[in-house]
Amino acid sequence: MTEPRLVEVRKNVLKQNDVIARALRERFREAGVFVVSLVSSPGSGKTAFLEKTLTLMRPQHRVAALVGDLATENDAARLARSQAPVRQIVTGTVCHLEAAMIEKALAGWKLNELDFLFIENVGNLVCPSSYDLGEDLRLVLMSVTEGEDKPLKYPTIFNSADIAIITKMDLADAVEFDQETACRNIQAVRPGMEVLALSSKDGTGMDAYLERLTQSASGRHVISA
Amino acid sequence: MHELSIAMSIIEMAEEEAERRGGVQVLAVHLKLGDLSGVVKEALLSSYEMASEESVLKGSRLLIETIPVSVYCSNCRSEQKLHSIQHFCCPACGTATPDVTRGKELEVVALEIAA
Repeated sequence: MTEPRLVEVRKNVLKQNDVIARALRERFREAGVFVVSLVSSPGSGKTAFLEKTLTLMRPQHRVAALVGDLATENDAARLARSQAPVRQIVTGTVCHLEAAMIEKALAGWKLNELDFLFIENVGNLVCPSSYDLGEDLRLVLMSVTEGEDKPLKYPTIFNSADIAIITKMDLADAVEFDQETACRNIQAVRPGMEVLALSSKDGTGMDAYLERLTQSASGRHVISA
Repeated sequence: MHELSIAMSIIEMAEEEAERRGGVQVLAVHLKLGDLSGVVKEALLSSYEMASEESVLKGSRLLIETIPVSVYCSNCRSEQKLHSIQHFCCPACGTATPDVTRGKELEVVALEIAA
């Protein structure tokens, strides 16, 4: 019997997702919609943060959101209070969103009638890091109640995101949150990463964050022009 | 736990490749897996075993080469292997760097097929 042969393949396993994500990014660009995704652990305040974002942005911008969860449509119902168009993506047993799910959920939406589209990923700090969704900006959220060492435990997700958002700052004193240590840990796993600290509840830091979003959105048009 | 869906993608890719080569038997799949890929090696191995059971790849092996994270250090002007993924700085000079050059791989590099 002859020896087994080795044949070269060299294919990215997530190629299919990447191809769809690239097509989505192109579509978003052509439609002029700036897409922001949110990743975090469950309970870090993604939905409250998104509700506040949509409510504050709606007077000046055309905003919409897609929200992913394993089960229930509770988040979509909550976000609908902002009056913005919202669609729930129920993933069933899948622990993350994939580009194909975004593509499917967008069916029937006129993207050129939107300025900003937000995508809330399933609460999970591991799996979402592998999947590009075609977004322009990925925010990773960590709340003050989760502990300052979250970035050290999940360096991969911090490396897949563009901006870190520290949420629930209104609780910082109560839980003796050490912001300096948290920021140092973020910088250890992602040197130079931009960090914004805020509270969706009392509104602290929301202005600076919204300013940052609109800035990146207008900046993108300049870059792509 | 997204390793099962990743294992299924790997199997699908290998099946297609085997088909393309005239239905050859695949003995092993060689995979490069970066430490920053977000995929856990052990979970992927057991998922592969489970998922290949029902496919033509039944009995084949998944051989994983893990790729440590490397960064580009602008101070040393060279690629450096990180000592720890909790600490993104150049192991030679200590300069902090976010510039990842290796470690995000999730790639089928080769198939071992029966001759």
